Amino acid sequence: MPTFDLNSSPLRELNQALHALRSDTNETHWTVNHPEGRHAIAAGLDAPITVEIEGIVGYYCAGMNKQASVLVNGNAGVGVAENMISGFVHVRGDASQSAGATAHGGLLLIDGNAGARCGISMKGIDIVVKKSIGHMSAFMAQAGSLVVLGDAGEALGDSLYEAKLFVRGSVASLGADCVEKPMKDEHRELLYAKLKNAGLAGEVDPSDFKRYGSARTLYHFNVDNAGAY
Amino acid sequence: MCGIVGLFLKNPKLEPQLGKLLSDMLETMTDRGPDSAGIAVYGSNAEGVKLTLRGPDQAALVETISQLEAVFDRSFAKTARDTHTVLSVPAEREAKIRAWLKENAPGIDVVSAGKRMEIYKEVGLPASVAERFDVAGMSGSHGIGHTRMATESAVVTNGAHPFSTGLDECLVHNGSLSNHNGMRRKLQREGLTFKTQNDTEVAAGYLSWRMREGASLKEALESSLTDLDGFFTFVVGTENGFAVVRDPIACKPAVMAETDDYVAFGSEYRALVGLPGIENARVFEPEPAKVYAWERH
Repeated sequence: MPTFDLNSSPLRELNQALHALRSDTNETHWTVNHPEGRHAIAAGLDAPITVEIEGIVGYYCAGMNKQASVLVNGNAGVGVAENMISGFVHVRGDASQSAGATAHGGLLLIDGNAGARCGISMKGIDIVVKKSIGHMSAFMAQAGSLVVLGDAGEALGDSLYEAKLFVRGSVASLGADCVEKPMKDEHRELLYAKLKNAGLAGEVDPSDFKRYGSARTLYHFNVDNAGAY
Repeated sequence: MCGIVGLFLKNPKLEPQLGKLLSDMLETMTDRGPDSAGIAVYGSNAEGVKLTLRGPDQAALVETISQLEAVFDRSFAKTARDTHTVLSVPAEREAKIRAWLKENAPGIDVVSAGKRMEIYKEVGLPASVAERFDVAGMSGSHGIGHTRMATESAVVTNGAHPFSTGLDECLVHNGSLSNHNGMRRKLQREGLTFKTQNDTEVAAGYLSWRMREGASLKEALESSLTDLDGFFTFVVGTENGFAVVRDPIACKPAVMAETDDYVAFGSEYRALVGLPGIENARVFEPEPAKVYAWERH
């Protein structure tokens, strides 16, 4: 159970130690003290370990994560879990903008609010935000799911591809080509599975959510517009 | 990039520490902008008006001020700090003194004027700028700092922030404006003067103009959201106030912390780590297109 104090050892040493771990390592639980807003803490991990960070982290925490569970006992700066491939990132406070940006897989759970551009260009990640998200979230989101228990800011899902968006509260406005879609049994089942995965089964009723998706008018070529090219 | 810090004290007991806290915050932001740095500090109340003068060196300032004193046949209270000197002058003489300086001392700039505000800025790393002016030794009720990565105009002292275009009014900016040339012409027609081609100076002038026309600081910032085009996070100081606003897209970062003792602003949370009681502060990201303002009475 290694413990790392970032006020007494450099961040690079921590990240190098984490990168050196093999998949069958016995050092499966790491504690990081005094993060104090430093950037790129526990970025680029690729081992089935848990890293618990005691405090507020800066930009790109747990970026590019594979396999690992990264728990942040505080707020996270810009781009937490950006480009995550697999694994689990849990922010127990608020997250800044671009949380889960471009991420391909894994689960990002945010207990507080997420700022602007949450899930921008997401490509397969599941994001669950217990409070609200900021403007331009899920911009050009391609695949995966974004579940919001609170409200969504302006221009949700602008230029959306096939990511699935579920919002329980209000949506300030929808972006171009994002529309509300009917919530059928299959969608409630899908949402239930996502909530269960985030440890919220039974706590939240999938029927309370609205579903948003792509109207698919932007990314299909429309022959009527041929003259414009 | 660019780094901004701001600290507005609610608890007067912290006032002697203002300069130290602010310079530590600014140094933490060095890698967001290493080419120039500056701070505005709201310190002791002057009898008349405090003019912060900047010259090529202290000797040039001493020479100019002694000429000025000879012409006006009196001495002025003054505090010298490296390339800057704060001169306390009677309010009714301010215009004449400025006119004399403009006419007779082309190498000397009036960086700021106010009852309480002093501005210090130079080219260089925040640590060296803070040391040259002994920022750590300054006390006051609030202050704003900026460390610059120039994108839009030259790396010269006059391009460094904070900018001031009105008494006790200053502004720092992270971002870039796209309609500053048109706005500068409009403000010039309203009688404002500008020293640089810098976009931020236009934003400062815009706020001064709006407040001159009767707007409160909050109202002036609210109208800036429609009248100024571009990317910005602004932190603004007035004699008794402190305000923050971000453009509606809010690309430029901002983190705030509030306790019973202070309100603090940082481009990144790292800047706030050294503040007393930060562990229990309410830490939040200011929302886009929303004006946050605090005032001390």
